[in-house]
Amino acid sequence: MNASWSRFNITSIVLGFAFLYLPIVLLIIFSFNESKLVTVWGGFSTKWYGSLFNNRGLMDAAWVTIRVGLISATVATVLGTLAALTLTRYTRFRGRVLFSGMVFAPLVMPEVITGLSLLLLFVAIGLDRGFLTVILAHITFSMCFVAVVVQSRLMTFDRSLEEAAMDLGAPPVKTFFQITLPVIMPAIVSGWMLAFTLSIDDLVISSFASGPGATTLPMKIYSQVRLGVTPEINAACTLMIAVVAVGVIAASVVNKRREVQRQRDEQAAQRG
Amino acid sequence: MTNVAVQAGALDVGSQANRSALGRAVSAVTSRLVIIVPYLWLLVFFLIPFIIVFKISLSQTAIAMPPYTPVMGLGDGISGLFNQLRELGIDNYIWLTEDPLYFNAYVSSVVIAGISTFLALLVGFPIAYGMARAPATIRPTLLMLVILPFWTSFLIRVYAWIGILKPEGLLNQFLLATGVIDEPLVILNTHAAIFIGIVYSYLPFMILPLYSTLEKMDFSLIEAAQDLGCTPIGAFWKITFPLALPGVVAGCMLVFIPAVGEFVIPDLLGGSQTLMIGKTLWNEFFANRDWPVSSAVAVILLLLLVVPIMIFQSAQARAQEQGR
Repeated sequence: MNASWSRFNITSIVLGFAFLYLPIVLLIIFSFNESKLVTVWGGFSTKWYGSLFNNRGLMDAAWVTIRVGLISATVATVLGTLAALTLTRYTRFRGRVLFSGMVFAPLVMPEVITGLSLLLLFVAIGLDRGFLTVILAHITFSMCFVAVVVQSRLMTFDRSLEEAAMDLGAPPVKTFFQITLPVIMPAIVSGWMLAFTLSIDDLVISSFASGPGATTLPMKIYSQVRLGVTPEINAACTLMIAVVAVGVIAASVVNKRREVQRQRDEQAAQRG
Repeated sequence: MTNVAVQAGALDVGSQANRSALGRAVSAVTSRLVIIVPYLWLLVFFLIPFIIVFKISLSQTAIAMPPYTPVMGLGDGISGLFNQLRELGIDNYIWLTEDPLYFNAYVSSVVIAGISTFLALLVGFPIAYGMARAPATIRPTLLMLVILPFWTSFLIRVYAWIGILKPEGLLNQFLLATGVIDEPLVILNTHAAIFIGIVYSYLPFMILPLYSTLEKMDFSLIEAAQDLGCTPIGAFWKITFPLALPGVVAGCMLVFIPAVGEFVIPDLLGGSQTLMIGKTLWNEFFANRDWPVSSAVAVILLLLLVVPIMIFQSAQARAQEQGR
C-alpha cells in the first residue's frame, strides 16, 4: 500500500491542505499584530483582544449568538433525530417522498432563498422579528443537517438488539431510551455540535430573520468588514475559531475513548 | 446474523400477542408523533414559506409596512377571493424580463458557479485520490483535516482572503518580495477572487463525496490495466473516472447549487461590479425594499435550481438504498 502512495499523491495532499489552512493560519497570526495596518507586521501584541472585550457591541452580539446557538441546536437535535428515525424506520407512509425532499432540500438551498421565505412567513403570521424568529429559522435549517448525520448512523444500526429487548418485555418507548438512544448517541452529539456551529456561523439567514435587538456576531462582523479589515475583527475571528476547535477536538477525544472502551468491552464479552 | 434476526422476528410475533391493548395504543401514538412533529415543522417553516414567496411575487409593490399589497386573504369570503385573484399579476416577472440587469445576473451566476465547480473538481480530485490511496492508518486523520475547516465560520474564511488578495495584501507582498512580479496584481474585486473564494469555501463538499467513492475502489484494476498496456492517463479515463462518477456528480451538485445563489463571497471578494443573483436579491430586498420583485427573483432562482437539486436528491436516494 505504501509503495502505491506515490510522490504525486503526497504532493497533492500537502498542497491541498496548505490551501485549506494557510488563510486561517495567516488570519490568526495577524490578530496578534501590533500595527493597525492589518497586512504589515508591526510586532507581537495582544492589545486587540483587550479592545475586543471592551467593545460593548461585539460582546452583546456574541452573547446573543451563543444563546441562539444553544437553544436552536438543542431543539434542532430533537427534531432532526425524529426526522432521521422517520426516514429510516417508516419506509411507507403517505407523503414520504415530500418529507425526504423537505429534509434534503435545505442542505443545498441557497441561503438567500431560505432567509427570504422565512422572513415573509414571519411577516405573514404577524410575528415580530427578533430573538425568537432567529431561533426558529436556525432550527429549521440545522435540523436537516442533524437528520442526515443521525440517519447515517441509524442505517448501520443492528435492529436485532431492539427486537431482543422487546422480546424480553420492554415496551417500544423504553427500548428506544435504553437501547437505541445510547447506541446512536455519538451521532446525536456530533449532530448537536454541527447544528451549534451552523447557528453561530450563519449570516445570511440571520440577517433576514432578525430584527432590532437580536444582532448576531456574524451580522456584526459583516457590517464592520464592509467598512474595512481591522485587527480587532481578526481577534474576534480567532476567538471564534478557538472555541470551535476546542469543541471539535474535545468531542473527537471523547468519541475515541468511548470507541476504545467499547472495543475492550466486546473483547471481554467474547472471552468471557 | 440473518438467522438471529429471523428467530427474533418469530419470537416478536409471540410477544406482540401478549402485549396489552394499551401498550399497542401507546406505541401507535408515539410512532405517529415521531413522524408528525418533524413533518409539521418542515411544512410550516420550509414548504409554506415558499408558497408565501410565490404568492408575494405576484402582488403589487406598495409603500407601506409590509411593503406589498396583500393578495388572497380569506377575510372577505369567496367573492372577495375572486376579486383578489383578478388582481394577481405577473407584473414583477415582466419587470424581470424587461430589465437586462436580472437576466445578466442569472447568466453570470450560473457561469461563475459552473467555472468554480469545475475548478473545485480539478483541485479536489487529486486531494481525494491521494487520501484514498494513503495508508489506512492515517486516513481518518486526513478526513478529519478536510472536515475541520468546515467547522470554522464561512464568513471568517472568506474574510481571511481579503487580507491576502488585496493590492497591498500578503500575496502581492510575497510575490513582489520574491521578484515574481514587478507591480501588484489586481485580484480582489475581480471574478478571479470569486473563483478562489468559492473553490476555497466549498472544497470540503467536493472532496468528501469523491473520497467516499474512491475509497471503495479496487485499485488493482488500475494495475491490471497497466499490465495490459494501458497508459496511466488512459487508465484514469477508462477506470478511475467512471468508477468515481457518482462522487463527481454529488460533489459538483453540492458545490454548484449553493454557489449559484451565493451572497457573501461575491459581496466581499467580488466588489461592487460583480453581478450575481444572490447579491441582486439581497440588494432588492434590503436596499430597494422591493419585496415582490425580490420574491420573483427568488422564484426564478429556485426554478433554475430545480433540475440540479433533483439530480442531487436522486443521487442521495440511491446512496441511501445502497446503504441499506
